[in-house]
Amino acid sequence: MEPPVNSSNHPHVEFEHVSKSYDGRTLVVRDLNLSVAEGEFLTLLGPSGSGKTTCLMMLAGFEAPTSGAIRIDGRSVHDLPPRKRDIGVVFQNYALFPHMTVGGNLAFPLEVRGLDPEQIRERVRRALELVRLGGMEDRRPGKLSGGQQQRVAIARALVFEPRLVLMDEPLGALDRRLREEMQFEVRRIQRTLGVTVVYVTHDQQEAMAMSDRVAVFEEGRVEQVAPPEILYEEPERQFVARFIGDNNILYGSVVGVDGDFCRVDVGGGIVKAFRIAPSRLGDRVAIAIRPERVSLAPKPGVYHNEFDARVEDILFLGDHLRLRLTVCGHSDFIAKIPNIVGHGAVLEGDQVRIGWLLTDCRSLEAPGQE
Amino acid sequence: MAGALRKPQLRAAALVLPLSAFILATFVAPLVTMLTRSVYDPMVADTLPETLALLHDWDGQSTPSEAVFETASREMVRAREDRSLGRVATRVNRVESGLRSVIMKSARRLHRVKEVDSWREAMISIEPEWGEAKTWRAIQRAGERITTRHYLHALDLQRDADGSIVLQPPQRRVYLPLLKRTLAVSLGITVLCLLLGYPLAYLIAHAPPRRANLLLLLVLVPFWTSLLVRTTSWIVLLQTEGVVNDTLVALGLIADENRISMIYNMTGTVVAMTHVLLPFMVLPVYSVMRTIPPLYMSAAASLGASFPQAFRRVYWPQTLPGVGAGSLLVFILSIGYYITPALVGGQSGQLISNMIAYHMQQSLNWGLAAALGSILLGCVVALYLLYDRVVGIDRMRLG
Repeated sequence: MEPPVNSSNHPHVEFEHVSKSYDGRTLVVRDLNLSVAEGEFLTLLGPSGSGKTTCLMMLAGFEAPTSGAIRIDGRSVHDLPPRKRDIGVVFQNYALFPHMTVGGNLAFPLEVRGLDPEQIRERVRRALELVRLGGMEDRRPGKLSGGQQQRVAIARALVFEPRLVLMDEPLGALDRRLREEMQFEVRRIQRTLGVTVVYVTHDQQEAMAMSDRVAVFEEGRVEQVAPPEILYEEPERQFVARFIGDNNILYGSVVGVDGDFCRVDVGGGIVKAFRIAPSRLGDRVAIAIRPERVSLAPKPGVYHNEFDARVEDILFLGDHLRLRLTVCGHSDFIAKIPNIVGHGAVLEGDQVRIGWLLTDCRSLEAPGQE
Repeated sequence: MAGALRKPQLRAAALVLPLSAFILATFVAPLVTMLTRSVYDPMVADTLPETLALLHDWDGQSTPSEAVFETASREMVRAREDRSLGRVATRVNRVESGLRSVIMKSARRLHRVKEVDSWREAMISIEPEWGEAKTWRAIQRAGERITTRHYLHALDLQRDADGSIVLQPPQRRVYLPLLKRTLAVSLGITVLCLLLGYPLAYLIAHAPPRRANLLLLLVLVPFWTSLLVRTTSWIVLLQTEGVVNDTLVALGLIADENRISMIYNMTGTVVAMTHVLLPFMVLPVYSVMRTIPPLYMSAAASLGASFPQAFRRVYWPQTLPGVGAGSLLVFILSIGYYITPALVGGQSGQLISNMIAYHMQQSLNWGLAAALGSILLGCVVALYLLYDRVVGIDRMRLG
C-alpha cells in the first residue's frame, strides 16, 4: 500500500507556467513557477487575495489551472480528480464532519479506501496519539476546543499516510498563544513523518517560524522564494522587504554605479547601497534598511553611511528603544536601539548621528519600474 | 434580580395575549369540545333516566321486569312529546341497527295506550324486539354518559353478548381498513415527495443565486395558487377525456377505447396530493442543504471519497434534520387531508378525513366523527413522539 517513494530527481511538486483566471480577464495567479522538494515545508505567504490559496486549491484538484501544468512526482495531475491525488488537506475552518465522532472523521478516509476495521482502529489510534489527542475517538468535533479541532483536522489529513499535505491557514482561527504552540506542533509532526507540506498563511511570523522555504506572493505572482533567513536578510524585491519584518524604505535616484554597489541620492544625502535591482545611472530605486541595523552615535569611519538625524519620538519597549527619526528629509525613519548601557541618554528633539553598514542597505526596484 | 427579569417577560407575554386568546377560542376550545364529545354523550341518559336506573339492577340476560317496561314506555312517550325521542332512537340505532324504527313506532302506539295490565305484553305485542335482551342492552349502552362506544366503533370493535370487546366481523369492518389505507397512502405520498423533492432541493441549493431564486419561485407558485384551482387542473389533465389521455391516444400509445382512468380513484388522490404537498418537503430540505458548507464535500473528496461515497456518508446525514422535518410535515398534512381526495378521489380514493366529514355533515354522528378525529390526532402525536425519540425534535429544521 505504500506509495512509491520518489527516487527520481523530479521535485515532489512542480508548478510550471501556471496561470489561473476565474472570469477570463483578471489573472489571480500569473505564470507561476515553483517547485517543492520531497519532505520540504514550503509556505506560500502573502496578503489576502494574492493567489496563494488558489494555488493550493489547484494543487489539491478543486480548481483547474487556466494554463500551465502542475506535476506531482513528475507526472501531470491535470486529469486526476481530487480523490485520486492522495493529498492530505487541512482546511481553514477544519471542515470536520459534524455528524461523526472524532474517530469517525479519522476513519472516513481509511474506510473509503477499504481497509479492514482492525487496521482502521489501529491507524486512527496512532494518528490521534501523534497529535496528542489519544483516547478522544468518541468525542464529537463540536465539543472540542478550537485547538483540539485543529489537531483532529491535521490527524485526519495524515491518517491515510499521504506524502503531501496541504494546509490552508490552519491556525488562523486560533488565539495567539495557541497558535504559537501549534506552530511547533505542526513542525514536529512534519519532521516526524517526513511528509512534504505546502502551507498557506498571511502571517509572516508563522511563515518564518515553520518553513524550510517561503514563497512570497503578491498579486498572483511569486516575488521571492527563499529560506526565512535569506528572505529577511536578502530581500530581492521591495514588496518582500516591506512585507517581511520592518524595513525603512528611502526612495532616490542612482547617481553612481560600481559593480555590486551603487550610490543613491535620496534627497538630503547620498546613500551607498548593495545594488540588487539592475539599475543604471538616473534610475529611481528604493533603499531598504532594517531598523535594528541602524547604530546611534557610530565611531567615525566604521560605517559606510553616516547621517545627521533628529529624534522625533521615542518609544520605550523594554528590550529596545524605538526611535522615529528625520533623516535626509524623511521623517519616519525608524531605528531600533538595544536597551544597553549608554543609550538611555537620548531625548526627543535631540540631534544625533546615525550610521549603518553598506551590506545592511539594499537598493531595490522602485514601484512603477519593472 | 428575579423581579427585574420577570418584568420584560411579562411584557412579552402581554404582547401575545391577543394571539393566545384567539388560539384559545378558535383552536383549543373546539379541540377540547371535540375530544369531550368523543367520550361524553348525555342525550339518552338525560331522556330516559329512570329506565336506565332500573336497568342498572337488571341481570342483562333475561327479559327485564314489568317496572322497566312501564317506566320505559312512559319516558318514551314523554320524549316523543318534547321531540327528543328521534335523537335518542338514532343513538340506540347506532348501537344496534334496526332499533330506530322499533323505538319510534312503539312510542307512537304507546302514546295512544292509556291503561293496560302489562306494559311488557303491550310493548312486545307492538314490537317483538322488546322481548329480547339485546334491545335493552343497546339502550343501556346508548345511555352511558361517559362512553367508549364511539372509540370502539371507530376501531371496528364491538361488545359481544357478555360485554367483552371483540373485532367486528370482517365484512362489517370499515374504519380500520380506511385508517390503514390512509396511513399507507400518507406514507406513500411522503416517500414520493421525498424522491421528487430531494433532488429538486439539491438542485436549488447548489444553483447560482439567480437561478436558485427562480427555481424557488417555481416551487412556490403552486403554493400560492388556490388549492381548488390546482386540484381542478389535475382533473383537466387526468380525466378520461383529459389532456394526458388525449395525448397518449394521439401518440398511439393506447387505444381510444382503453383510456386509462387516472382520476376519481386512488391514483388521482396520490398524484394530486403529492403535487400539493411537494413544497412542504422541498422547503425544509432546501433550507437545511443551504447551511451545509460545500467545503465538506471538498474535504470528503480530498480524503479519497467518490461522489456517491461522500454523498452517502457526509452530505445525506447532514440533511436528515430537513428530511425529517419535511417528511413529518408532509405525512401529518396528508394523514388529515380532505379537499383533494374529496374532489379527485372518487370512491376508492377516499381517506379517513372524508369519513369524518361524512359523519359530521351527513350522518350527524358527531361522537363517532370526534372519535375518528381523536384517533387521527393520536396518530400524529405518536409519530411526533417517535420522531423526537429517534431523531430529537430539536434537530428538526423547518426553515
